[in-house]
Formats: sequence, structure tokens, C-alpha cells
Amino acid sequence: MDAKAGKMEFGAKAHVALNDPKLRANFRRAMDGLMTKRAAQFSDQEEWEALRARGAGVRARALAQLPQLLERLEANCTANGIQVHWAETTAEANAIVLGILEAAGARRVIKGKSMVTEEMHLNAYLEANGIAAVESDLGEYIIQLAGEAPSHIVMPCIHKNKVEIAELFADKIEGQVYTENVDELTAAARAALRGSFAGADAGISGVNFAVAETGTLVLIENEGNGRLSTTLPPLHIAVTGIEKVLEKLEDVPPLLSLLPRSATGQPITTYVNMISSPRKPGEKDGPNAVHLVLLDNGRSRVHADPELGDTLRCIRCAACMNHCPVYTRVGGHTYTFTYPGPIGKLLTPQLEGLDCAGDQPHASTLCKACAEVCPVQIPIPDLLVRLRTEAVRPGAAAAVKGGGSSASVSESLGWAGWRLLYASPLVYRIGTRLLGWFGNLMPASAPMLKQWTSVRAKPKFAPKSLHELAREKGFCDE
Amino acid sequence: MTMTKPQRPNHVYFFGTCLVDLFYPEAGLAGMELLKRQGLKVVFPPKQSCCGQPARNNGYQDEARAVARVQLDAFPEDWPIVVPSGSCAGMMKTHYAELFHGTPDYDRAVAFSARVFELTEFLVDVLGVQLADKGEPVTITWHPSCHSQREAGVVEQPKALLRQLANVTLVENPREKECCGFGGAFAVRQAEISAAMVTDKVASIEETGATQVVSGDCGCLMNITGAAEKSRKGFTGRHIAEFILERCHGR
Repeated sequence: MDAKAGKMEFGAKAHVALNDPKLRANFRRAMDGLMTKRAAQFSDQEEWEALRARGAGVRARALAQLPQLLERLEANCTANGIQVHWAETTAEANAIVLGILEAAGARRVIKGKSMVTEEMHLNAYLEANGIAAVESDLGEYIIQLAGEAPSHIVMPCIHKNKVEIAELFADKIEGQVYTENVDELTAAARAALRGSFAGADAGISGVNFAVAETGTLVLIENEGNGRLSTTLPPLHIAVTGIEKVLEKLEDVPPLLSLLPRSATGQPITTYVNMISSPRKPGEKDGPNAVHLVLLDNGRSRVHADPELGDTLRCIRCAACMNHCPVYTRVGGHTYTFTYPGPIGKLLTPQLEGLDCAGDQPHASTLCKACAEVCPVQIPIPDLLVRLRTEAVRPGAAAAVKGGGSSASVSESLGWAGWRLLYASPLVYRIGTRLLGWFGNLMPASAPMLKQWTSVRAKPKFAPKSLHELAREKGFCDE
Repeated sequence: MTMTKPQRPNHVYFFGTCLVDLFYPEAGLAGMELLKRQGLKVVFPPKQSCCGQPARNNGYQDEARAVARVQLDAFPEDWPIVVPSGSCAGMMKTHYAELFHGTPDYDRAVAFSARVFELTEFLVDVLGVQLADKGEPVTITWHPSCHSQREAGVVEQPKALLRQLANVTLVENPREKECCGFGGAFAVRQAEISAAMVTDKVASIEETGATQVVSGDCGCLMNITGAAEKSRKGFTGRHIAEFILERCHGR
């Protein structure tokens, strides 16, 4: 994407979303529900704190030995009969997937939910190469019908309400009569998808955790579509980011407890799939071949920074966006790139570059609601401040792609002026006295005040500052 | 976890904050009066200015450090530093260590952070104040700032104080914990999102039926009352120090 266009898009898209009452109501209702459900799961504060500390520890330990664990994962997967592929970029990953499909002569693909394949824009790539990929997760299926991208990483069509889905189905599914009955809508999708499952030459899925110790791919889901996609077709391709690796099998349970409870408020998902190998002789189901594609796409660079590397602890539960007052109001599509919400505005600028998505770290009040609910203790607000810093004054190591791209002489001068005022008691005394006398003469149309007064009254400078009042009342004497 | 209650000191410093200094000096003065009426010697060092948060949050760490260093110099004695803002207290408590990391000022910055108290935290946890309400009956709601709740760790203390006031009915805003949309430069950089957030916040306060919203942070108050005033809502806003002082000491 053109860097400047990417930068401009957030504000413009936010404007559109904010003025769409239906969209806002859909998000508000959905996020309220998700927050309530999550809170019910973690009513015991002590249990929550202990569990999230454990979850964070598991993820931090895995990331601390990432290269070694990835090698062990590859060795153990290979020993199990899973073929492992490495992709530096999304283009490489797409080419690998296409190559596997073509070698197997696969034309029809059924997909389980996978955000990494969204990051790769895999569906469009496959379609351009003559391969039809059908999304089988209900939410993904709906947005694929609508020709849209996910607006949420766990509930991709959360931006749509029942009526919108009813209209879409009546319009796009052959023979579908308009109905707002949720069971009937689900049944319609199910009926349409059955054929796609049965006729698929290959299944493509994501991975929630890849266990290095045993070469096991853990995949959780609620609809059974993940299990069907990975067991019914003769070929299964799992695609994931390199950060999803865990050291041991015993690392899975705490995360398996944290992820669904944080995401949807469920104690556990309906399905927990542990994929360890292709079909073995004598087994009655399962694919004949399983491939694992490990995507980097900038993650190594994120990992190299000791502070920003914590971004990669993320287990994609979406609790941060469910609790984000900004996301709730602008929705997922405003973020343009694959990952929305707090984790998106932290991850996207690191993957795509600050020159491309430099606005996103500023789309936050740093309210810390995200950090409060993060099950792996990612200090998202502090890392957003780090990105803001890298955008104007990149560290010597140039840790972040596009660092320094927001450096501006006028902004620097503004902060130099701020420093002069607040770091020199004499300048401060004179400056604040002047503001007290003349500050209220500033018109509401002045820069910054203009935005402020769009919905607010103009703030009023007090006739006497606290410094003056404290002096008069004798508080300045020791 | 057992916390040893800090000993009741004879002297306290007061850090007024830059926003209170220029826009809400009466709130700062009220904070100092409340402390003084507890028998403490309250000192307001005139060399103080700002905690440095605006520059820090916008990515200008050198500027933030330069201004924060002035505060390290301005409070030389080993007395508690009481702050009438959860946001500034949060900055001084939790971010000075990282701000001064690797500089010669690191040790004294850490020691400084340990002396910082948000005002209601100090009144409740250190002084254990008992309030006698002399005011007229009133229905209010509390607005906690995000940084007060999630950075300074001040959640229950202000409500405990407000509940001591016999004629005050404290009604809870179901959206109390949600950000009001201020966020410093955010209100200007993402003006439309900020406007949407404060509009929702004001509506949620109005729905409680309270005639006043009380808060411990003037950034939120400026945002919320500014929006309430512009949209002619039927409630006003007050800093908790002023609110308490007025009711208990009839200033």
C-alpha cells in the first residue's frame, strides 16, 4: 500500500464509521455482550491474576528461545510426517501454498478460520490462480459472501446484525428465502457448506499453538468446521506465524483456559483439535498429507527488539478490542489492515511500517483498558508510546520499519517550546501569567481549540494560577 | 499481600499539576486545605510545573525528561508528594523509572516515585480521614480517570470518601470505567473519535440522574463538563477536593 494513503485512511474511515449509527450500534451491543461474558469468567481476581501471569510466562519463555523452538518444532513435525515450510514474506507463503495445492492437483479448497491467511490475502491470490477457496467458519463465510474483510479477529462479521445477514443470504445463496430466524440462517449456511466440505481437494487452516516438544498443532473452534476442514479433505495445509510456537505440551492448558474465556467468555471451545500427523496406516480418517507453513512477515524484526518483542506474546483472543473504547466506536474496518483494535495498532505499524500505519499508535487515549484484560500481559499502551517515539525519533538501532517517518520540524519546535515553558521556572512564571491575562482571548477557531470546541465549551484560564494562589495563602513557605 | 500503612508525616509536598495550575486552581487550593485541616504542614514548591506526561505520551522523551527533572529538583525533602490527579500521579509513580533509565538521575527518580500519592489515596490510606458532611442533599456520580484506576491504582479510595458524606447520594454510572475520550493530544489528533467518546460519556452520566459528576482528574473534567456545557446538559462537574472541602468546611 502507498505509505501516505495508508496513513490518511484511518481518520477518513473513522469519520465514515462514526457517522454510521447502525454500525456503531452493532459494535456497541456486541462489545457490551463480550465484556459481560468475559467478566463472568474471571470473577475471581486472584485466579485471573495468577493465570494470566502463568500465560504471560509461557509465552515469554517460548519467545525467549524462539529460533531453537522453531527448529525443534520443525524436527518433531517432520518426524511425525508433517512437512514444514518457511516463508519470509506473505508472497512467499502464498507461493508455497499454491505450490502444494498444484502439486496435489487441488482445485477446490475449504478453509478454517485463519488470520494469517487474511494477512497474506491468500483467498484472492488463490482465486487469481484458478483455485476456489471457501471459508467455512460461519462468520468468515458471511463476509466472504459479502466480499468484505474481517472486522474482528475472533468474530469476523461482528459488524453485521441479523437483518443485514438475512438480506445477504437471500441475495447470495441460491434458493434462499428471506428469513431473520437465526437457526434457519445457520442451517442455510450449513447446507451450503456441506457440499464444499465434501467436494474439497484440500483444507487450509490456521494454528492457535504449535508445540515444539511434540510437533503438535493445536486448533480451537466452536463449529466443527475446523475439524472437518483438517480431516475430511485428503490434504491439509496449516498456516501460522512463527510466534505461535510453544515449548511444551504442558504449556497448552493455561493458554487453553485463558484464550476462550478472554475471547468469548466460554470456559472452553466446543472443539480442541490436536493435529500430530497425517493419516496413519489403519486409521479411518484424516488427510493423507499435512503441511505446516511458518510465516515471518516482519515478526523476526519485532522479536529482535527486547521491548517491542512482547507484542508477539499475543494469542489472538481479541479481549483488547472487545474492551477498547476506540475500536467499539470505529469498528474493525477503520484499521484498514488485517489486525484491528489495540493489538492491531501495535502490530500493524511494526509489520507494515510506521510510514504506512503511523497514525494507528495515536488512535488511543492510552486508557489501558486493553492492558487490564490482556491474558498474556502485553503492555500495549506503553508499547504504543514506544512506537510514537520511534515515529518521531527512531532509536539508534532503527528497531521499527519506517521509524522517523513522522518527524516534523513544526512539531519538534512545538515540543521545544513546551519544554522551555515547563523546564524553566522563570519562563513558566511569566508564560503562565501571560496565559492567565490573555489566554481567554484566543478564538474558538484557533488551531487545536477548533477541534476541542467542536463538541465542547472553550476551557477558561483562571484569573489567578495555583502558583499565585498558593503564594498568597502562604503554602509556598517551608 | 499486606501493605504497611505509611506513617503519618508532619510535612507534605503538594504537586498542583499544570492543568490545575492554569484552569482549576481552586481544586488545587482545596486539596491543600484538606491536608492542612488534617494538621499537616503543606508545602507548595514554586519551582514545580508539569509531570512531563504530555511529551512522554507523544513520543518526545527528551523533552519529558527535561521537564520531569525539574520536578525531581523541586521536591528536595523526603516528604510525601500529594497530587490532585490520578493521571499525573500515575505518570510520576509508574513512568519515571523508565524515563530516567540509564541516566544519573535514575536512583533519585525511583525514590521520588515512591513518595508520590494521589490525593484521595493519601487522605484515605495514610491519613484515614473522617468527613462530617454539612452540605445540602445532592445526588452525584463518580468519574474515575483511566490512569487513576489503571495506573495509579486508585479505585476505592475516592468512593470511600464520598460515601462518608451523609447527605450525598452516590449513584453508579454503569459505564463509569469507560474512558471519557480526553487522552491529551488524542482529543485534537483524533478529534472525531474523542468527540464521540465524550458525547457517550456525557449521555451515560445524564442517565444516572445525578446533578453533579465528581472526579479526581481535571483533564477528564474539562472534557466532560465542556461537552455537557456545550450540549446544555443538566449536570455540572467538580473536582473531588473542592467538592469535599465545600461540603465539610463550607468554604
